[in-house]
Amino acid sequence: MSAREEILGRIRTALKDNPEAPQIPRQYRETSGLDEAALIGLLADRLIDYKAQVSVVDAAEVPARIAELLAGARSYVVPAGIDAGWLSGPGHEPGGSRRHLDSTAAPLTVAELDGIDAVVTGSAVAVAETGTIILDGSANQGRRAISLVPDHHICVVKAADIAGILPEALRRIDGTRPLTMISGPSATSDIELERVEGVHGPRKLDVIIAR
Amino acid sequence: MSTFLGMPALPVYGTGNLHASESFPKAAHRELGNAQLRANLGHATRTIRDKRLKMVAELPDWEQLRDAGSAIKESVMARLPELLEQFEENFTARGGVIHWARDAGEANAIVAGLIRDTGETEVVKVKSMATQEIGLNEYLEEQGITAFETDLAELIVQLDHDKPSHILVPAIHKNRTEIRDIFLREMPGADPQLTDDPAVLAMAARSHLRRKFLTAKVAVSGANFALADSGTLAVVESEGNGRMCLTLPETLITVMGVEKLLPTWQDLEVFMQLLPRSSTGERMNPYTSLWTGVTEGDGPQNMHLVLLDNGRSAALADEMGRSALHCIRCSACMNVCPVYERTGGHAYGSTYPGPIGAILSPLMTGIQAEENNSLPYASSLCGACYDACPVKINIPDILVHLRSVDVDSKRGTKKIPSQMDVGMKAASWAFSSGKRLALLEKGLPLGRLAAGPDKKITKLPGIAAGWTQSRDIPAPPSQSFRDWWAKEHRAPDAGSATPSQGGVSENSVSQNKEDQP
Ligand code: SF4
Repeated sequence: MSAREEILGRIRTALKDNPEAPQIPRQYRETSGLDEAALIGLLADRLIDYKAQVSVVDAAEVPARIAELLAGARSYVVPAGIDAGWLSGPGHEPGGSRRHLDSTAAPLTVAELDGIDAVVTGSAVAVAETGTIILDGSANQGRRAISLVPDHHICVVKAADIAGILPEALRRIDGTRPLTMISGPSATSDIELERVEGVHGPRKLDVIIAR
Repeated sequence: MSTFLGMPALPVYGTGNLHASESFPKAAHRELGNAQLRANLGHATRTIRDKRLKMVAELPDWEQLRDAGSAIKESVMARLPELLEQFEENFTARGGVIHWARDAGEANAIVAGLIRDTGETEVVKVKSMATQEIGLNEYLEEQGITAFETDLAELIVQLDHDKPSHILVPAIHKNRTEIRDIFLREMPGADPQLTDDPAVLAMAARSHLRRKFLTAKVAVSGANFALADSGTLAVVESEGNGRMCLTLPETLITVMGVEKLLPTWQDLEVFMQLLPRSSTGERMNPYTSLWTGVTEGDGPQNMHLVLLDNGRSAALADEMGRSALHCIRCSACMNVCPVYERTGGHAYGSTYPGPIGAILSPLMTGIQAEENNSLPYASSLCGACYDACPVKINIPDILVHLRSVDVDSKRGTKKIPSQMDVGMKAASWAFSSGKRLALLEKGLPLGRLAAGPDKKITKLPGIAAGWTQSRDIPAPPSQSFRDWWAKEHRAPDAGSATPSQGGVSENSVSQNKEDQP
């Protein structure tokens, strides 16, 4: 008998008392009912609690804010499908020699990514209550590696993409995409439970909330 | 009750790091002598406990989430064969390969074979209970394959050739100075000026592992959840080492117990709220990765999953103990357990320590296995673990159930009356007559003699020995309550105790106070 058949057989034998699958009581909250201003406020509060840096700006100010945050970076990477407007205007050199484009068709190597200081991405959905940003690998977020290897992650969250609580957020997501949920920068508490930001993932997380 | 033709006979127990090599009382006694361990643990469990309570209190619907979580897991167990087949179909359809492993040995061999096929001799690992349970690292080493643990705590434990003592913070028994010393001793190229500042130590680990992450071709992980309706796997972590292992290598091998399934994507909304708050006391852990088979151009292109039985079907066959498989390994139960807080994780022997370990290990290995039969007694049955458990596993009830299974399994093998039987008979003989009791109480001063000058009895003979293995009992009073009463009430002039009786009456009077309603 193959291991598969044997294990499934064992499990069926174990369930010979025919236990019934209960109805799932879903009395928990499925929506938060918060308005946009409250969602932005709550998300910003939670992100700051995680030691992420947050700026709340009007959509038109996003490029300027990105340029400001990138000022100290010798190089940065963006997914090929990033909103073009975010990287144009004052402070952004056209084309930019510091700027690297990444896509599944023309991916940077891991070694190349390791030599890059920062990354700019969009996001799919954010959860205000937990300060969580979800990346789903769409064109303006790119491959998972680019938001992981560079040390500084600048992430733009559109106000319209903020959900109040997790169930609302997950219902807006296609679960079969490669997903990364981010709640603050990399952190460890393994040594005497003292929280240290930044072990292996990006040590700095900047979130720009665009109204 | 009919068994289908060709059905395997149950139970088939698990192998690997599930067995204690010594009994809990013995191991606990040794660990109790470690004051450092107790201080670290006390601090750690208190801190996490407080954080957890705060985070749980923030959610108005915590109890509703627990109810949903518990019911979802119950339905997973009831529908396990069907859900496994559904998961397999979806995972395979998206480019993943599934392997089934009956026990630890088979799982290890499958993983080693898969690694060998890649031609690699080094792999990076994400912290995983399942691979710990099967003893994968040790097996790979025998096969000439080096597995690098990448979670900071697992790395500390691995470098020190030690064993994890907590499922969430495996190196909690070590303090910062010990960790610095381990790094200096075991980490190639560690800066000799290394301080014991946690931030400095974390950075040392970062640079130690960076090269490995960037060059590893093969990674091994566990999984926190598997979604049957889509074939999705999920890993929950904090440091980003998980993301590194799950996305940068070419080949990803995941080892997962068959019980980790959730039926639908929607169920994730329940468990991703329950798990982080219960385990680290955070609203959300820093990183969660979810992948559904292979994504072209993004992440590993060879995806393997080893589905592990290793005693889970045996646990499932125990109708009363079955719900132990609902466990999502959050560690909340160990952080509230007064026994765990004092003995630490090593005392439990198995990969799974604390209250959940006390039920899960004997369920998976069988209560007759080696020393695991002492585990169901490693509890005061205070119920704190049940209250804390996000999926409402009734650990105290299962402990009591397993104790009775243990007693039953021993019955019939012993013809001679046990010490307990003899002791109970003697007690009933003594207590049934005042005269007999009075006679026996004359022996009290003897007990005082046994106690010695520190007025503590540290070793009782016979069956009571276990009780004094990790506790001292105060010496008995030199005078029995009956004698004291008789003297006190003899005549008004006898009055109160004379100074010469001072020490004595203190003892017996305080006993009297407690005895009186
Ligand atoms: S038994 Fe419950 S509380 Fe303990 S680790 Fe498992 S899920 Fe958490």
